[in-house]
Amino acid sequence: MLMLILSRALQSCVALLVLSVVVFGLSRASGDPVELMVPVDATQEARDVLRHTLGLDRSLAEQYVTFLTGALSGDLGVSIRERRPALDLVFERLSNSAWLALTAMTVALTLAIPLAVAAAVWKGTLIDAFARYIAVLGQSMPTFFVGLVLIIVVSGRWGLLPAGGMESWQSYVLPSITLGWFVVAGMMRLLRSSLLEVLDSEFVKLARIKGVPERVVIWKHALRNALISVVTLGGVYFALLLSTAVIVETVFAWPGLGRLAYDAVRFRDFPVTQAVVLVTAVLVVTINLVVDFLYAWLDPRIRRSQSGGS
Amino acid sequence: MMLEVRDLKTQFLIGGRTGTAVDGVSFSVDEGQTLGIVGESGSGKSITALSILRLLPRPFARNAGGEVLFRGVDLLKLNDKQMRRYRGHHISMVLQDPMTALNPVLTIGDQIEEAIRMHRKLPRAEVRRLAIEMLELLRVPAAARRLASYPHEFSGGMRQRVVGAIALACQPELLIADEPTTALDATVQDQYLRLLKRIQRDRSLAIIFITHDLAVVARMCDRVAVMYAGRVVERAPTAALFAQARHPYTQALLRSALPEIPDRNARLYSIEGAPPSIFQPRHGCPFAARCEHVMPRCREEAPPDIEMGQGHAASCWLLA
Repeated sequence: MLMLILSRALQSCVALLVLSVVVFGLSRASGDPVELMVPVDATQEARDVLRHTLGLDRSLAEQYVTFLTGALSGDLGVSIRERRPALDLVFERLSNSAWLALTAMTVALTLAIPLAVAAAVWKGTLIDAFARYIAVLGQSMPTFFVGLVLIIVVSGRWGLLPAGGMESWQSYVLPSITLGWFVVAGMMRLLRSSLLEVLDSEFVKLARIKGVPERVVIWKHALRNALISVVTLGGVYFALLLSTAVIVETVFAWPGLGRLAYDAVRFRDFPVTQAVVLVTAVLVVTINLVVDFLYAWLDPRIRRSQSGGS
Repeated sequence: MMLEVRDLKTQFLIGGRTGTAVDGVSFSVDEGQTLGIVGESGSGKSITALSILRLLPRPFARNAGGEVLFRGVDLLKLNDKQMRRYRGHHISMVLQDPMTALNPVLTIGDQIEEAIRMHRKLPRAEVRRLAIEMLELLRVPAAARRLASYPHEFSGGMRQRVVGAIALACQPELLIADEPTTALDATVQDQYLRLLKRIQRDRSLAIIFITHDLAVVARMCDRVAVMYAGRVVERAPTAALFAQARHPYTQALLRSALPEIPDRNARLYSIEGAPPSIFQPRHGCPFAARCEHVMPRCREEAPPDIEMGQGHAASCWLLA
């Protein structure tokens, strides 16, 4: 198990290093921020001074080393637009996005697991068709549409929940449903098919031979095996929700990471862009790491094979 | 009689077509006895076993008649909850493939203890003690330590013993063994069969032994039922069957399983053709199409069961 943790952690470090190069390169390739910061009629001298204070007149290699050493000590530069440390901006927004992703994931799981179980147990019946219909609907409707409809009906017509912002727990309900529903389809379909496979297996037959009630057969013997395949997808979706909920954050005026990234790109605020991408990358890598450990926890066979077979 | 199966019928419903997988099967087993059920793949052996335990694959398969009397109670008439009390407790089963029969994410201790807890309310420590006792009974070395192991940490032969420990955990009276040694290599198979015989003797366990291996039948079984295309075509005490098989299918089976090889250029005997699909309409004897002694009557009318004394019976027009 220790070997597993060490080797995966090392892989993650390499991935992050490669990513830092890509981020650095892409943000430099997106255009000169100086042009956006100075007045149109600024002198060449004024431009050069600004370029010098920003460190943009040095070689790319030098800039990269500065960037990397800064990044390692938690300094990702100052936002060009807001003149505040880029990392502070990111962390302010990050917790907002993280909470939204977490509640959306909760919505997704509480919908996907029972739907998948029902669909698998009553395979080929109306219940199965209904469950799959609900799931596919969530995936095929664009999130901005679902979001707008929820705002119009629930907030507008019924006046039940806030339409946007982040004032109380009630503000979480609509964006979480909008985001969560989108994720349900993939998770539910994967879980349904792996459940069907597991329910057909010999060990489930043996459990029934022991006289285990069907309820326990499904929720204990089958579901834990079936969940293994869903964990990876869950991790991917969670990272996705965390970092790319731009549309939903815009519709619900949610001060999250997605909108910060969008604004930073629009204004060529490259320290912020770098910070957003880098922090997101660290998160994605960490989530993948957690997923791997979850895997090992769920499946004793992985625990063993990865630790050198002893 | 402990178990008496009468005229059991099991049907499959697939794609709007109905097929009869088990077609009027009757047999019985008593305490301490072993009944062998032999036949080629697809002859309905396993489906017969699953019909007894009422664990047919849903929603395709269903019981379509007959009786399964266990100590006089017709299992087919019980509700699900009543039936569950029989499974594992009175009647248990070991499966063919030990590599897939154990739940990979639960320790074998969990899996054996669950079998005990299903039918007996006992303190935790007592359940554990019984689980260790079961592993020891099946001769799994270092039993107490191995309760915390997962299935993948065992070899195939050991896994089959664990499956045996689970099946026997609640001291069932009847064990259905569905090809339990087919997936094991010869030496491991031998050890397993010895073990099973010894446990049977100690507990006067009744066993239904499903196999296509006639050598195993000769070694394990008191009586044999030969199945072909969902029907029992011959049943006899084991010795009588090997000495004097009466049904042409049994004769052919014996000849292909225990061939006489006069010289090295002789061709091995095999039965021509394949058994009929369960979805084909049935007229006459199901073996007629492959039978060397077929007569016009065989194709029109199903032969009756003909008793020949000493529990030997076969259904063939040749004997009428």
